[in-house]
Amino acid sequence: MTMLAPNDALLLALIAPFIGAALIPVFGRWPNLRETVTLVTAAVLLFFVLQLLGPVLGGARPEWAGFSVAPGLTLAFQVEPLGMLFALIASSLWIVNSVYSIGYMRGNDEPRQTGFYACFAIALGATIGLAFAKNLFTLFLLYEVLTLSTYPLVAHKHSVEARRGARIYLALLIGTSMLLFLPAIIATYVMAGTLDFTPGGILGGKLGSGAMAVLLALYVFGIGKAAVMPIHFWLPAAMVAPTPVSALLHAVAVVKAGVFSIVKVVVYIFGLDTLTAAGANVWLVYLASGCIVLASLIALTRGNLKARLAYSTVSQLAYVVLGAAIATPLGIMGSGMQMATHAVGKITLFFCAGAIYVATHKTEVKELDGLGRTMPVTMAAFLIGSLSIIGLPPFGGTWSKWTLALAAADSGYLVALGALMISSLLNIAYLLSIVGRAFFFAPEPGAASAIREAPLACVIPLSATAGLCVVLFFGAGQVENLLTTMFASR
Amino acid sequence: MNAVLPHLPALQVVVPLIGAILAAFLRRGNFAFTLTLAVSAILPFISGALLWQVLTGGPISYAMGGWAPPIGIEYRVDLLSAFVLMLISVVGVVIIPFAHRSVASEIDASKQAWFYCMYLLCLTGLLGITITGDAFNAFVFLEVSSLATYVLIAMGRDRRALLAAFQYLIIGTIGATLYVIGVGFLYLLTGSLNMVDVAQRLAAVEPDQMRTVITALAFITVGVSLKLALFPLHVWLPNAYAYAPSWVTVFLAATATKVAIYLLVRYLFSIFGVAVNLQALPVGEIIIALSLAAMFIASFVAVFETNLKRMLAYSSVAQIGYITLGIGLANQAGLTGGLVHIVNHAFMKAALFLALGAIVYRIGSARLGDLAGIGRKMPLTMAAFAVAGLGLIGTPGTSGFISKWFLAIGALDRGWWILVPAIMASSMIAFVYVGRVLEMAYLREPSAETARASDPPLSMLLPMLVLAAATVYFGFDTEWTAGIAGKASQALVQGLAR
Repeated sequence: MTMLAPNDALLLALIAPFIGAALIPVFGRWPNLRETVTLVTAAVLLFFVLQLLGPVLGGARPEWAGFSVAPGLTLAFQVEPLGMLFALIASSLWIVNSVYSIGYMRGNDEPRQTGFYACFAIALGATIGLAFAKNLFTLFLLYEVLTLSTYPLVAHKHSVEARRGARIYLALLIGTSMLLFLPAIIATYVMAGTLDFTPGGILGGKLGSGAMAVLLALYVFGIGKAAVMPIHFWLPAAMVAPTPVSALLHAVAVVKAGVFSIVKVVVYIFGLDTLTAAGANVWLVYLASGCIVLASLIALTRGNLKARLAYSTVSQLAYVVLGAAIATPLGIMGSGMQMATHAVGKITLFFCAGAIYVATHKTEVKELDGLGRTMPVTMAAFLIGSLSIIGLPPFGGTWSKWTLALAAADSGYLVALGALMISSLLNIAYLLSIVGRAFFFAPEPGAASAIREAPLACVIPLSATAGLCVVLFFGAGQVENLLTTMFASR
Repeated sequence: MNAVLPHLPALQVVVPLIGAILAAFLRRGNFAFTLTLAVSAILPFISGALLWQVLTGGPISYAMGGWAPPIGIEYRVDLLSAFVLMLISVVGVVIIPFAHRSVASEIDASKQAWFYCMYLLCLTGLLGITITGDAFNAFVFLEVSSLATYVLIAMGRDRRALLAAFQYLIIGTIGATLYVIGVGFLYLLTGSLNMVDVAQRLAAVEPDQMRTVITALAFITVGVSLKLALFPLHVWLPNAYAYAPSWVTVFLAATATKVAIYLLVRYLFSIFGVAVNLQALPVGEIIIALSLAAMFIASFVAVFETNLKRMLAYSSVAQIGYITLGIGLANQAGLTGGLVHIVNHAFMKAALFLALGAIVYRIGSARLGDLAGIGRKMPLTMAAFAVAGLGLIGTPGTSGFISKWFLAIGALDRGWWILVPAIMASSMIAFVYVGRVLEMAYLREPSAETARASDPPLSMLLPMLVLAAATVYFGFDTEWTAGIAGKASQALVQGLAR
């Protein structure tokens, strides 16, 4: 097969999920065909995204010039290393997650599955588009598409609880994006005259350090998907969604879209040197450090498994924000690594939580005593995912924690360094306690006999992502190579 | 063709007028509908040709009956009026297919021909206001359209329609009276009724007559503001929209207030603004303050309305606030935002009222509580509602976003950054009132009533789908909306006296 031109591969990657989303309702009457469409779309998407990897590593920036909507507003896409990494994470995990979804949704006999898969495909399409956005307008457009397309997924159960959770989800995400993010974009446009992501930033010399700190705050809190405290309430609320949604969207696509946007803004709108020279980033270092510890502490108090994982995510996202706040190439490198390793680790944990729910209908941590004996594969995967999140070798999380700690020490932020260490200890406390209960506590008498492993469609994906945690430990160099090209042009 | 082209400005008004007269002689509703359909289909071609002429050759002046201005009545088409003419004609032709079944289900068979006659008369009046270059002639057309509107509203099924029509009659008459008093002052000052002529002569009035000029400005502004429902002069609007026949509401929401806004822009920018330095007076500030009040108070009221027609009506008052905000900003970007929102809001609000009309057609109710689960039963109708609703919120990818983008930049250009969060905060209120409808429609189980509902026939479905699609399309391609609005506002802002 001849090589696909990178620009064509980009365009095809952008539209593939939407074509899938359009086809899914067509096959709504035939579930097996419908799920085939999802799987094929996911595979096709990964294929196109992989076509872009080589050129990007080689320094190329495939793009689709798009068209002008209005003065200052252009719809355009361009692949750069960070977006490449994000798209790679999202599209590869979508395949695994789709297999898992089939097992979970059928295992639980969930209603309205056609709409579920269609919205999922749209959400992935929005994620890919966001990853490849060439300017802030394009990014903002897809950011909102992502919010709106995931709302039906959060509300999936239609119960009073689901409606309330979905309402908080939508109100907080749309609200912050409209009230803070969009004004920040408008202000950026008025000051810089462009919205293009440009190496070195576009705001150099355009505003004073105080105003820059305020603008950064508008972005950080306006991008609610990053779940920086206190804009994090939507994430626990979104846990009413079926677990595949929590796994791919609220551990990978949606939340990573948030932190990805923040990193993009820091690198390509403010510019690292501009930001650090003005000192406008310092407050965010301390805020992110505070979030890391505080969210970990809250996670410790949560008895509901998914709620605990949600707060763990809030804490882990703050790691990415911390890397962006440090605003050095090493910090950004740490952010990128953390995006990848946390994605793989956290999706594993959610897969396990869902597998436990499918097999036992249990949702509370204290109900998991002795589960390691009846669901050994699931709980082993949970252990691996936990160790990666904590940052122990030989799992991928090691490198992201290491790089971030190095970046913090390099820039003299000892508080951040301390926060990273304390959080790792807290991670051990709230994650390994679950594993400990499962393997070392005796099961409640009589209850365990009927329980066995979750369906294969659940167990295979969670084993696969647990395996990826190991792969990322040994393959971290590749991720580093990709991210290094971000700063190579300077 | 060459014989017709120079007379297009006259035909723009004469065609619907003849249609109205012919409809008055018809008895059968179907015949009258066909006639209206034919007239509606011709109008966009006339406005399109006028717009094209203006774009290529500049403003057109047409001496009515061969009497040269300023003595005779001049029809004057510039970019602004061509833009609004185009809007009225296009909305007219897009929504007319919906009328057939909707009107048949809501109006007595014996009155249907009369209904279409009144509609065409209303259309004549609105087109006339937009095209005329004569201040008094505008008053005549204002009355033509208003009287027809009173009748149309009174034809609503609900008996409260009579009260709503009467309320509008009183307030509308007060508005028209204030307007004509203002025109009287202008005539007193300048001895002319031709708008261009008045503007030129006003510039030359003695400084000691400024008080009279300001009085005229005040009368005309308040009179027109009553017609365009500028907060707090909007009290007639919610009842009129709620109790008029469904299709009339669609038409009024998309065109009637918009034409009054046109008239306000015309007076503020082409007449008073040219002659007097309005920046020295607090005109802009007052309009902005009232706009903000509309954007917040009316939106807030909409959140608590359970009758969805009233909810959308209050939403209209709020959205008109966005338009007048742009007028008050009176700079290039701000006025562009205001003008483009005339079109954007017309399309999305028409789509919303059409969807609601279809729901009324199917389940006979527009109450929020009766819509449980209707999203699954009327999927295309609710899809149109959802898309247009997103436009109302101003999410990116819809035309509403474009309007807000320009308005926000206009506010920053003026140095009033505080307006930016205000614009966004008002959008969030829209998010609440649209969101609760969508939640009711999509996340609830259908009731016995809604379970029997289904999407309406194609003739009703197509208009709302076209308008919903336009809401998305004009969120990406703004050449014909923001592009023309930008050029029009450039001409208007440049003409302002400093």
